[in-house]
Amino acid sequence: MDNNKNWIDQRFPLTKVWNEHLAEYYTPRNFNFWYFFGSLAILVLVIQILTGVFLTMHYKPDAALAFASVEYIMRDVDWGWLIRYIHSTGASAFFIVIYLHMYRGLLYGSYKAPRELIWVLGMVLYIALMAEAFMGYVLPWGQMSYWGAKVIINLFGSFPIVGELILEFILGDYAVGDPVLNRFFSLHVIAIPLILVILVFLHIVALHAVGSNNPDGVEIKQNKDENGIPKDGIPFHPYYSVKDIMGVVVFLMIFSSIVFFAPALNGYFLEAPNYIEANPLKTPDHIAPLWYLTPFYSVLRAIPPMFGSQLPGVLAMFAALLILIALPWLDRSKVKSIRYRSWPYKVALGIFVVSFIILGWLGMQAVTPLYSLMAQIFTGLYFAFFILMPWFTSIGKTKPVPERTTEH
Amino acid sequence: MSEQEIDLKKRRFLTGATSVVGAVGVGFVLVPFLSSWMPSARAKAAGAPVDVDITKLENGQLVRVLWRKKPIWIFKRDKTVLDNLPTLNNELTDPDNTEDQQPAYANNAYRSINPEIAVIIGICTHLGCSPTYRPEVGAADLGGDAWKGGFYCPCHGSKFDLSGRVYKGVPAPTNLVIPPYHFVTDSLIRLGIDPKAS
Repeated sequence: MDNNKNWIDQRFPLTKVWNEHLAEYYTPRNFNFWYFFGSLAILVLVIQILTGVFLTMHYKPDAALAFASVEYIMRDVDWGWLIRYIHSTGASAFFIVIYLHMYRGLLYGSYKAPRELIWVLGMVLYIALMAEAFMGYVLPWGQMSYWGAKVIINLFGSFPIVGELILEFILGDYAVGDPVLNRFFSLHVIAIPLILVILVFLHIVALHAVGSNNPDGVEIKQNKDENGIPKDGIPFHPYYSVKDIMGVVVFLMIFSSIVFFAPALNGYFLEAPNYIEANPLKTPDHIAPLWYLTPFYSVLRAIPPMFGSQLPGVLAMFAALLILIALPWLDRSKVKSIRYRSWPYKVALGIFVVSFIILGWLGMQAVTPLYSLMAQIFTGLYFAFFILMPWFTSIGKTKPVPERTTEH
Repeated sequence: MSEQEIDLKKRRFLTGATSVVGAVGVGFVLVPFLSSWMPSARAKAAGAPVDVDITKLENGQLVRVLWRKKPIWIFKRDKTVLDNLPTLNNELTDPDNTEDQQPAYANNAYRSINPEIAVIIGICTHLGCSPTYRPEVGAADLGGDAWKGGFYCPCHGSKFDLSGRVYKGVPAPTNLVIPPYHFVTDSLIRLGIDPKAS
């Protein structure tokens, strides 16, 4: 056994990698509930890749065949329904996990120096994930696939002068049809998953270089014992690998309940109109993106057309997404964790979370004058969180941050 | 708790038990993924029995039909052909059908239910090509006078007689396979179902 290990170690840094990233990777001892979601995100990525590989074996990326091939998977392929429901539930689960993972970052200031790059890589991952989810949703070629694709792609047509050209470039045609389905299939199955895997790798490399933040926002590397091991650190394996397995078990219980008992989750995970084949002649009565995109969809709808162009709304939507990347530089607070932050930050974070959820809810509703007004107010609050952040993070009295992590 | 108090035995048991439960779970998860590779309901439906009407089949005529995406030969043999078959026995690898290449009801001198009507899967037992039908007696390129009609595989030169039995000294190791079939009426063959089952 040891001989084999030596043989490999002389040719590949197996023991070194194992120790640096697991057995001797020292993690703060005070991780709580919020620290489950990073490893769960990797789990969901693996689930999506695995089920995706098997769906691709039966799916036909052809506008004439796609819808029927999905029904074929559901009815004729042995266990095909299960593999597809795992994949469709996995898409929503991915965003639930990622949103909680991002919220953890906001709570404990995990994006602050020296972890800005981890945050930036994570945000690029999030945007890539949105593209991946959107393109995946087009593939079944149902009514929502078709009209969703149409609306989202048309956003790019709102750019002045080049808009029309961009549209034709994306579509490979003059309307949504076979070419766009075929290229979305390729991007969804090969290009973006590859990008996701590479970004996850970089995200983890960056994390392991600086070490994890923790609920106290204390840098554990500043307090080391005589062996150079952080006094508040414990090896990731076995301590957190075992903790994460417990998280995985609970997650899979909830996940399986949805897959087996409510895969459409009342229209939130799979929308009913998508069980009707794409029809270019008729838009469904009510059209909305899936829940994880609706906050940004609300921002889009909140901004009225200006100068005869819908461009402002489109730009606001992209801005709402991209401004998240700037977070590490907008936050001026010397304190990382919410536990020791001043009250203005706590209030602002609360308002931001509520705004995001309400925008998400509004994005699923049909437009009414009241809802439009609400969308405008909460879009304003959403942006205010970022624009005012340099101000409200530098006022108010913060609590003293302890030297060491605390016990609860 | 001090080092001495750690119960390594209990720890090893718990690790083992957790791993076993996990492995069983993974095993269950594998089932749907692996079974999704098996023929789907559509493939099974396409592999359903096929009926062939042979009312118009003439002596010496061969029709090819698809059953489970395999070519099935159905051809009519006259008395000369049937009389010739036993005379070839010395030149064949397995003249008496000892290998299990046919259903029991076709395990006879003519490898068929009705001697006149041959039903054979037209796939060479060597590497899966479909041999050509060469019924002409004495074909020069197939051995002249010794050739009593049969099948010749263009891929690697295997030869079979008109009941699908393989000649000696060719690459194919065994006789051609006889599919399950039965006569619904004298002129209607149902491929894919044994006589008793219907």
